[in-house]
Amino acid sequence: MSEMLLQVRGVETYYGNIIALRGVDLDVQQGEIVTLIGANGAGKTTLMMTICGTPRAREGQIIFDGEDITQLPTHDIMHRSIAQSPEGRRIFPRMTVLENLQMGAILNEEETFGEDLELVYGLFPVLAERSEQRGGTLSGGEQQMLAIARALMGRPKLLLLDEPSLGLAPKIVKQIFSVIKDLNASRGLTVFLVEQNAYHALKLADRGYVMVNGRITMTGTGSELLHKEEVRAAYLEGAV
Amino acid sequence: MSAASAKSGLDFPAALKDAGLAALIALALSIAMLFFRTVDFQGNLILEKRWTLAGTTVLIVFAGRLALNLFWFPRRGGLGLFKIASSALPARFAELGKWMAPVLIVFAVVLPFLPASNRYIMDLAILVLTYVMLGWGLNIVVGLAGLLDLGYVAFYAVGAYSYALIATTFDWSFWVCLPLAGMFAALWGIILGFPVLRLRGDYLAIVTLAFGEIIRIVLLNWYTLTNGPDGITRIPRPSFFGLEFKRFGDGTFANYFNIEYSSMHRIVFLYYVILVLALITSALTIRLRRLPIGRAWEAMREDEIACRSLGINITNTKLTAFSIGAMFGGFAGSFFATRQGFISPESFTFIESAIILAIVVLGGMGSQIGVAIAAIVMIGGLELLRDLDALKQLFGDNFDPALYRMLLFGLAMVGIMVWRPRGLVSSRAPTVVLREHKARSADLVKEGHG
Repeated sequence: MSEMLLQVRGVETYYGNIIALRGVDLDVQQGEIVTLIGANGAGKTTLMMTICGTPRAREGQIIFDGEDITQLPTHDIMHRSIAQSPEGRRIFPRMTVLENLQMGAILNEEETFGEDLELVYGLFPVLAERSEQRGGTLSGGEQQMLAIARALMGRPKLLLLDEPSLGLAPKIVKQIFSVIKDLNASRGLTVFLVEQNAYHALKLADRGYVMVNGRITMTGTGSELLHKEEVRAAYLEGAV
Repeated sequence: MSAASAKSGLDFPAALKDAGLAALIALALSIAMLFFRTVDFQGNLILEKRWTLAGTTVLIVFAGRLALNLFWFPRRGGLGLFKIASSALPARFAELGKWMAPVLIVFAVVLPFLPASNRYIMDLAILVLTYVMLGWGLNIVVGLAGLLDLGYVAFYAVGAYSYALIATTFDWSFWVCLPLAGMFAALWGIILGFPVLRLRGDYLAIVTLAFGEIIRIVLLNWYTLTNGPDGITRIPRPSFFGLEFKRFGDGTFANYFNIEYSSMHRIVFLYYVILVLALITSALTIRLRRLPIGRAWEAMREDEIACRSLGINITNTKLTAFSIGAMFGGFAGSFFATRQGFISPESFTFIESAIILAIVVLGGMGSQIGVAIAAIVMIGGLELLRDLDALKQLFGDNFDPALYRMLLFGLAMVGIMVWRPRGLVSSRAPTVVLREHKARSADLVKEGHG
């Protein structure tokens, strides 16, 4: 069962001459929810973007589903059943909800569109209600749902989520996280989640990684990390 | 005008009626004040009738009042003398667009057969349609793909020179050269596209501006090929399925159809050629918008990074936008060359790019009908402003109306941008609408999931 879906091996990423990732190792197994937590500027988003190929890793290897994708261009990587819900949602504001979802399915066959649409509208009924509305007129929570739904339209094996809780009310965060858990439990979707909201993320995740200054400093199961003194002190102060 | 119309929101007929009323008042006043003037004629006092002055005044009042009704009063909550108010202005424009498009097309088709049409009007119509086509072509690049291109005239020039050079060198017909010119322009679109792939917004605008100038200066200085500033003369005219538009000789259009020769035949033919070319441009754009490539263009305009994360190849998307936009510019260019019969680099200066871009921006980026209306207003309006002699009667004979043409034009543009900052038709029609899910979704929401 525990087949390796994503392997990150010794990845180093630079912005110009500034090093952002200093040799990161990380594994995501088929059917897992893995979270990466860390402070602002630790390199979490950089790692996620490096997996997607912009910026490209200068050292190390990224293997997805047994294939080395380190040197592939971004659009080729995204063709390989990886979908990303980017940081800050980045939905298309002047396009309708439906058009946004259609963009998510742009690489798919047309026949599966209706089926996939039904799935995401089932997960986020509010999107079905807002189907003809422009993306920019949605609330923050709805936009985040749209961003996740758009990523799901690509029928991914691996879903990359970058800070889905950013700027959202706790109630909405709970709702979104429960949808992620549902997807994982019912459809076996593998999720790699980058989060600031360490408490919720670790509670949700099977395993977690802690990143400091471009390095992975700790790893363990979600509940292990949740009870570690260092993690509690650094990321969970007042949260529990 | 009345409380009832104020409540129900402004409708176009009401605004029209109101403007008519204002014009009527102006007419009544102008009869006494402007129409008659007493002049001393050989010792006698006679009445001079000034038709133009009075007529112009009434027209100006009518147009001004209509403009106020449509654009100004609705925003002011109906401060006007005849009060009409509305807040549904953008929606009204969208509705206008629905019946405007077929009306305009029908009008364009029958125009040559209207009794009022003459050589001048047809020439003007051809000019306007050329700009409509250029506007629609640039609309793909700027309106859909969101790539600000200030050098669109370069592709217009490439198309014009391709046709002129091929036709004069190899003596090939217009219909063979037309696709070739389009292909050359598309090729140059790709050549421009490659270096600017990483640029966006202002930076892209500067590079495209430079590109437009480079093409023009090359055309100016490559004397052996382009004949430099002297331009290319005697560019062949297009034929009607091999029938030439000539006065004498066998196998001419007039000869074949056994009608009397008229110089208007060729003009009308050219008019229909550009009309068809422009309509093809529009139809293709509308079609492309619904295809993955068109949707990718629009998504790229909205958010390039999100596009990448969805697996869209930004390189290809940008290059296709540049090349397809350039291709239509090239078609328009070769039409321009065959119509003029003479081209020189002077026709392809930066001001052309600026006018085409202004048409797209004023029309509302991405809107087909908006661009068409903007082209009619800009080019037709500029032409109308040539004929400002009536103002001489207002300001005296020393007044030179030609000097004020560009000033009025600029004022109009400022006005449009102040009142309708996103262009005449700013609403964007979705490319996909789903009906069968509507009912089901409403049910789900009622259950409280939303």
